[in-house]
Amino acid sequence: MTVFHPGHEELHGVTVVVEGASGRLWVGRYHETNDRGVVLHDVAIHDPATVSEPRDHWVERLRKFGIKVEEPFVLLPVKEASRIIRLAEWQVSGSRT
Amino acid sequence: MYNEMMVKPMREEVSRLGVRELRSVAEVDAALGPGEGTVLVFVNSVCGCAAGAARPALDLALRHPVRPQQLLTVFAGQDVDAAARARSYFAEYQPSSPSIALLRDGAVVHFVHRHMIEGRGPQAIAADLTGAFDRYCTKQEVA
Repeated sequence: MTVFHPGHEELHGVTVVVEGASGRLWVGRYHETNDRGVVLHDVAIHDPATVSEPRDHWVERLRKFGIKVEEPFVLLPVKEASRIIRLAEWQVSGSRT
Repeated sequence: MYNEMMVKPMREEVSRLGVRELRSVAEVDAALGPGEGTVLVFVNSVCGCAAGAARPALDLALRHPVRPQQLLTVFAGQDVDAAARARSYFAEYQPSSPSIALLRDGAVVHFVHRHMIEGRGPQAIAADLTGAFDRYCTKQEVA
């Protein structure tokens, strides 16, 4: 993938899904990973403890209709962010590219 | 808002393609209110990465023989009221910019979000658009 922002990570400015070790998902625009954690902007959050909608369905809905921003800024501890993948590459049923 | 001097070339990159820029609520309502025919709405943006690919993609797509009847654009973050009004015509889709909506008779039939633009080249984005043009527009509908 082309890096559009010299000096930044490849995913900078790209909308990603962050899979959390806790089972939660965050979808937002990736900014960076620094010593404090993973920084996302304009974020929607799927927490299985509070959201009944299955997470694959939830992500697919965001892919189709866009991201309803719940938090303008999120800082996730690195150990919570078990996987980061572009939203455009998310595939249902766990078979992610 | 950004300095208009900086934004002007980004506006012109789209308007020189024959895409009509809507800068007021009244202009948006006049264009989208009737809800007739096929209409493309390009939500322009200063974003260097995504919009930097979206504008050339639009250029490529509009060389396709099948195109929407109306070609419109609003500039997110600059013409705030006009952009918000335009988005009200495809309100079930969350705002992102750049983005591209294709409407037919007032209903959204295809939507390209920012996340579908990021990291892709203009050719790939244009192919997405022309596929939608072929599906939802007809050849005689050249604007």
